[in-house]
Amino acid sequence: MHTFLRFGDASERAHHIDKRRRSGLVWHALFISATALAVLFLMLLLVSVIDSVFGYAALQNEVEPSQLIPGARSVSDFSRDELESVAEKHLSAGILRRVQYENPLSERSDADLTRLIEQYIVKPRVLRTWGLWDSLVNKDVSLAFVEANEQSYLVFRNWLSPAFLVADQSADPLKAGIRTAFLGSLWIILITFLVAFPIGVGAAIYLEEYALDTRLNRMLQLNIFNLSAVPSIIYGLLGLALFVRALEPLTSGAIFSGVVDNTANGRTILSGGLTLGLLVLPIIIINTQEALKAVPDTLRMSAYGVGATQWQTIWYHVLPASVDRILTGTILALSRALGETAPLVVIGASTFISVDPSNIFSKFTTLPIQIYQWSARPQGAYRNIAAAAIVALLILLLVMNSTAITIRNRLARKKRLAS
Amino acid sequence: MAHIARKSSFSISLIPKIVLFLCALISIVITVGIAFILIRESYLFFSDPEVTLKGFFTGKQWQPMIGRFGFLPLLNATLTTSIIAMSLGIPVGLAVAVYLSEYASEKTRGILKPVLEVLAGIPTIVYGYFALTFMTPLLRSLFGDDVVEIYNTASAGLVIGILVLPMIATMAEDAIGSVPKELRLAAYALGGTKLETTVKVVIPAALSGLSATFLLALSRAVGETMVVALAAGAGPNLTANPFEAAETITGYIVRISGGDVSYNSVDYNSIFALGLVLFAITFALNLISRTVSNRFHQEYE
Amino acid sequence: MTTSNASKRAIMALSHVDIHYGSFQAVKDISLPMYEHHVTAFIGPSGCGKSTVLRSLNRMNDMIPGSRIQGSVTFDGDELYGPNVDPVLVRRQIGMVFQKPNPFPKSIYENIAWGARINGYRGDFDELVEQSLVQAALWDEVKDKLKQNALRLSGGQQQRLCIARAIAISPQVILMDEPASALDPIATGRIEELILELKERYSIVIVTHNMGQASRVSDYTAFFMVDEHRTGYLQEYAETEQLFLNPKHRKTEEYISGKFG
Repeated sequence: MHTFLRFGDASERAHHIDKRRRSGLVWHALFISATALAVLFLMLLLVSVIDSVFGYAALQNEVEPSQLIPGARSVSDFSRDELESVAEKHLSAGILRRVQYENPLSERSDADLTRLIEQYIVKPRVLRTWGLWDSLVNKDVSLAFVEANEQSYLVFRNWLSPAFLVADQSADPLKAGIRTAFLGSLWIILITFLVAFPIGVGAAIYLEEYALDTRLNRMLQLNIFNLSAVPSIIYGLLGLALFVRALEPLTSGAIFSGVVDNTANGRTILSGGLTLGLLVLPIIIINTQEALKAVPDTLRMSAYGVGATQWQTIWYHVLPASVDRILTGTILALSRALGETAPLVVIGASTFISVDPSNIFSKFTTLPIQIYQWSARPQGAYRNIAAAAIVALLILLLVMNSTAITIRNRLARKKRLAS
Repeated sequence: MAHIARKSSFSISLIPKIVLFLCALISIVITVGIAFILIRESYLFFSDPEVTLKGFFTGKQWQPMIGRFGFLPLLNATLTTSIIAMSLGIPVGLAVAVYLSEYASEKTRGILKPVLEVLAGIPTIVYGYFALTFMTPLLRSLFGDDVVEIYNTASAGLVIGILVLPMIATMAEDAIGSVPKELRLAAYALGGTKLETTVKVVIPAALSGLSATFLLALSRAVGETMVVALAAGAGPNLTANPFEAAETITGYIVRISGGDVSYNSVDYNSIFALGLVLFAITFALNLISRTVSNRFHQEYE
Repeated sequence: MTTSNASKRAIMALSHVDIHYGSFQAVKDISLPMYEHHVTAFIGPSGCGKSTVLRSLNRMNDMIPGSRIQGSVTFDGDELYGPNVDPVLVRRQIGMVFQKPNPFPKSIYENIAWGARINGYRGDFDELVEQSLVQAALWDEVKDKLKQNALRLSGGQQQRLCIARAIAISPQVILMDEPASALDPIATGRIEELILELKERYSIVIVTHNMGQASRVSDYTAFFMVDEHRTGYLQEYAETEQLFLNPKHRKTEEYISGKFG
């Protein structure tokens, strides 16, 4: 009957199925390993960053505390009188004058005087740093180093300290902080939002609610998809040529006679915000379109059914129904902008600014750019503060993304209860 | 008398439409702006007496000091890092996608998908830091300090591979998941094992979606800037050795524009010419990716 | 009537079979034989579990999470759900054709060759493809375009291709889950003709909601019903002629005469 039954006899078949099953298991193991690898990468990334945030640092003082007050091992050993007298005697004239002007020595707290003395007189310098793992496991290496180097001593340092968060830029890794960069980031994100959100949502509403399927509109749609895949550095070039150079009178504030900084030359927060705004615009458009698509047509039909115009339908029914998704997507887009480095470097973020940005015409630096600059420097301590800044950035992004998800859940729940 | 006629012939409801249309039009303005600026500055670049088209596209040295403007070293470094990145990202990403789509339980997926999302949300500068402080020392300890330079394209390439991994895994999983269930059922009904069904029926059926994913990932790798800026090197270098330092197209642009550059110098114009090349490459990749992906959708609709 | 009882044997049999999906009982206490080289039809209103029972015959139910089976399902004398039974091997011997034609997006040739290849076929593939297509009454229509993508065939042709694909691995039993319900009347007719030819070589179990089809095509018919808990059960089983002309139960009669769907 079965003329072409050439599949082998029963034992061959049994053997063959075993082989097939075995290779199935091998590949299954491969797939799992690949997944484990991906998880491993993430852990390695986080661990290597966190490892640099804590650890021993070998410091060396320019002036030893014992030289100021004999017998004292550190400034914290000084008495109140000793603190004041050392400060008065050893601070340089210019600094002393400024310090006295801001707040007389006698009225400053002990902690404040200690800080002043350490910063301007003792002036510790970092010789070497170690990561957390090394500090815990290979402590003897650090001790040996300190032994070998005259007058160096070991402190266990948390580089992501509150002082780090509020200090401004400095060339000294011990004193440097991210305040200026952080504020710069916030300012720029604000501008980005103000630019990209209205235009993006508007464009999305047009494409989803008004546009007919014409060639022009299909081209618009395609163009937006292409823009979302353009490398971010190209947006930097666009921003450089357009906002920084061509529109310099506008972006530097000259038009409004509000030039804050004569050296800014258009490399201002406004330019940065506009550039990133263009970058996230396609993302916001696409995301909003998805949110609008998710609103069921029956909702629109019922609004039309009672005689509403198209705009009324959109404004009073469609938008409220999709606002949770729109907001979530926008926040996620902004958190992407927060992490962008290349376009802002191309525009010309400042390498060193001493004052916080005061308005949109100020020069700027951002958190990712600060990380870039610190990471690029070979000296060991810069790696530590770069890691600390990275952790700060990641926490900020985590907060933003959690907010986005919470908003979505909260509003979605309200929607469900209301219906 | 039914009041259904309009008083005036101008419909005020046209205003929102016009305003919103203008918003949408801005996207065209952006594209035109990018193209215009890149082309104009490139024109200025090529008008400089020291620069020739032939020299640019075939020259093996980029040394503005001595008038050499060959972009091959930069292109070569870009290709090296991208190929290394794809060699890591595509196999691992595809395997993760297959696992997520065909093998993983709901619980496992619930853990893995957030992990992928977290990886995807980490800013590229962090990957750059990782390349410089972890990957390079790792390579140096594996292959020797004298073999692997402090800045090298291998380190950058591998980390870019990790960077695009979540994107590949997610998009590939979508493509595989879109293959209709009936095809799997047919294969099982013929006595196929899970592996045979997945590898010989499902993946070939998802091929155009997968190709689109890989092209898009390649485009992303080509355009990546911060990882190479930190880890790959700061000088053009035409070499086949990935353990040497070499500057990519994006690395060059960021280095020149981040420094002091006067607006009408040949250096300034050069970054736009290179930007145009970069734009052309990524645009072509994106376009092909979209065409392939559209064909995929047509097959199953 | 049945004169060939002696040479007729049950290639498959269900005995007191219950099937659960999680806590829901899909069918209860199903017992019926399926005879070699005959066509057995499952009919009944929708939701009565006939597809569930069909899927249990080639262990496709295994893929539905939470499905449990109790009772005895025998194939050629062996317990289908026995301890050492590999479902993959089961499916080589008990093939299935689905309701919606689902050819692979490969060439016509490859569609047929694939199943044979993974099952270790060592003969001449060209010959295998031709014989399968001949038996499925599709050879003349596609013999010049074997390399063409199978998705370009019409619905009826695709379904015959799926039948050819199932035949290619030499099963003993072919299960068909409403094979013609997605096809137009002419294509349906051809499938029905095909079934009558196929039973010479294979044993066929077919689920259908089309009573006319059941009466035209099958030798034996099982009529399923559903109780108040939405659990399916076997109302009546008999030779087709007898079931249709002289049903024993009132419900059977009502269903056949179209009183309910």
